[in-house]
Amino acid sequence: MKLNKAFATVALAGSVAAMSAPAMARDTISIVGSSTVYPFATVVAERFGTKTDFPTPKLESTGSGGGMKLFCQGVGTQHPDITNASRRMKVSEYDLCQKNGVKDITEFRIGSDGIVIASSKKAKNLDITLEQLFLALGEKVPDPKNEKKLIPNPYKKWSEIDSDLPSVAIRVMGPPPTSGTRDSFNELALQGGCEDLPAVADMSEDDMEAVCQSIREDGAFIEAGENDNLIVQKLIDDKALYGVFGYSFLEENADRLQAATLNGKVPTAEAIAADEYPVARSLFFYVKKAHIGVIPGIKEYVEEFVSPAAMGPNGYLKSVGLIVPPRDALMKLQNKADKMPNLQKKELM
Amino acid sequence: MTDQRSQAELVRQSLKRRYRKERRFRAYGITAIAIALAALVILFADIIGKGSTGFLKTTLTLNVQLDGQMMYLDDATDERQLKMADFVEPLIQALIREIPSVTESDRSAVRGLINPYASVTLRDALKANPEWLNTTRTMTFLAHSNVDVYVKHAGNEAYSIKLSEQQRSWVDQLQEKGVIETSFNDVFFQNGDSRDPSKAGILGAVVGSLLTMFVTLILSFPIGVAAAIYLEEFAPHNKLTDFIEVNINNLAAVPSIIFGLLGLAVFINLFGMPRSVPVVGGLVLTLMTLPTIIISSRAAIKSVPPSIREAAEGIGASKMQVVLHHVLPLAMPGMLTGSIIGMAQALGETAPLLLIGMVAFIVDVPDGFFDSATVLPVQVFLWSGSPELAFIERASAAIMVLLAFLMSMNALAIWMRKRLERRW
Repeated sequence: MKLNKAFATVALAGSVAAMSAPAMARDTISIVGSSTVYPFATVVAERFGTKTDFPTPKLESTGSGGGMKLFCQGVGTQHPDITNASRRMKVSEYDLCQKNGVKDITEFRIGSDGIVIASSKKAKNLDITLEQLFLALGEKVPDPKNEKKLIPNPYKKWSEIDSDLPSVAIRVMGPPPTSGTRDSFNELALQGGCEDLPAVADMSEDDMEAVCQSIREDGAFIEAGENDNLIVQKLIDDKALYGVFGYSFLEENADRLQAATLNGKVPTAEAIAADEYPVARSLFFYVKKAHIGVIPGIKEYVEEFVSPAAMGPNGYLKSVGLIVPPRDALMKLQNKADKMPNLQKKELM
Repeated sequence: MTDQRSQAELVRQSLKRRYRKERRFRAYGITAIAIALAALVILFADIIGKGSTGFLKTTLTLNVQLDGQMMYLDDATDERQLKMADFVEPLIQALIREIPSVTESDRSAVRGLINPYASVTLRDALKANPEWLNTTRTMTFLAHSNVDVYVKHAGNEAYSIKLSEQQRSWVDQLQEKGVIETSFNDVFFQNGDSRDPSKAGILGAVVGSLLTMFVTLILSFPIGVAAAIYLEEFAPHNKLTDFIEVNINNLAAVPSIIFGLLGLAVFINLFGMPRSVPVVGGLVLTLMTLPTIIISSRAAIKSVPPSIREAAEGIGASKMQVVLHHVLPLAMPGMLTGSIIGMAQALGETAPLLLIGMVAFIVDVPDGFFDSATVLPVQVFLWSGSPELAFIERASAAIMVLLAFLMSMNALAIWMRKRLERRW
């Protein structure tokens, strides 16, 4: 009796294990990729799920690079259908895709994201170049006496860098290293202001990146949590404090915050969409064409993403902070969603 | 004689010091317990303080005029028309009627009070009751999450920054009129995840957790018990079994993320199982729970007194009969306790699930072992990383639900031990 029970349990366990062996067909769209695109893509996915009869797509936030790796692993239902990226696909990633049989890919550039340096409206606004920004925040900066030599950052006040800047202590609040915003800030703002300095000119690329992307740790740069609301609150309370965050947050709090001018450019939605503002990046997603027709709803999801209800001037993606493309670019995107042209290697070079 | 006296003197002198020492030692113990308790109290106070409001929802009760002309809808049974119709306008109109000071130019500000998915609620209601078209109905909708946090944390400025001065005064008026009310948050227990905090719920995560735990239990318990019985009762004691034993103990101390890597490499990449499904999650957690179950099961078998075995053997029972008829039933309570504790550990695990894709945004409630799913602790992790203020309390509320699960599992383990355990 007891023996039978024991055997029955083992048999049941075995059958569960056996059942799981074959790869199961999937009817839910699987999306991976950038954490920057994640908040936008999740909203589209949820709307798509409520609007249509398709199941709501599943989204994993793996980072742009991690997403590409999963996406390019192969064709088949165990691999994701779409990957989001906060940068363009690299040639090496394209090659990996080709090697693994992911031949036909369609690229969608869905809009932009800018990073701003904001302060309370009552504070003195910054008008700063990227180079000055690096001098204020870099861990090691060129010695003012010998521009070839790197020394630990000596600057305490903005005015020590340039007499036109405000005479207050350098204190900047920004996102933690786990954040995608921090990555882009390091890459676009700090490295942008540092790579042309004579001190790093002779370095290898890796060394240059290490110097250019290190932020000082002596208290001038304050790491805030991922809670951007808190940064906003702190900026309003403390007029000598500056904060680094995504453009969408500036827009939402436009009545209380102002943004610094970088390299002479004021961050506006237009300047960011046109790539004029220096700390802006484009957001993308890539569709695996071999999965269209296999996994139901991929085409419809893409259509929802580029529909005017989502990306139009009053679309819901705008209300969650995406800098939507201008009208003609949106029309082109819709055309692309219809035709699904293949991404060519030469486009990426 | 003098020697003895001086010795007694010595003892008496040292007595005070020894008593002092003991008192000091007790004080250390009490301090340690006090610190542990204080940490627990602070943790609970923080979670309950933040999370209790997560169990409340804010609703708007509106008299909605379902005017067909305004909604571009003349037949509510027509699927195509339902798709195209405007379900936002009747809501805005109903709200404007409730707030006398509002003008047409404030429309977008008014819209900011209603949940973005309220129009879907209205659409579904009309779809279910097509005869409602061109009538006026009193219906209840979810408020926007910004209104939700403002109403629940009245007076706390940090929670009102998303609403304009004007919107705040409207909300105050509506609350006075009884249009805006708070009630028990049933949505939280009926929905899956959502990007809108008011609509987000834990049902999907709870079901995902149950499915994953079922797979874990059904695999790890029989395998763990069988391994323990073999190692304890049948296996010869030699270098090989010593080696196995050491490795099982080592396995119990391996960081859980390693099991996630293993699961990714073996189950997903080698066997081609889908990502993000409870079966793979269960398999990975099985690997993690196995050592705990084997170790506790072996301890339970060891604690069965040899006299029972000897008596059974004495009346001619075979080795297998001894094990199955006598040792196993007596060791079962201990094995079950160990398994429940192992399962409770697995229930709170997120790290290995990250690698097999169960840390994901999944809206639909899973309805099978091969459906994409997430689990409770992952839901807490995802919500605590979301910028929306209303997610802070939802995350704490989810922690409370998770703690309730863990506590009931531990209580079950204690009850079983009390109830079933035999003492010799």
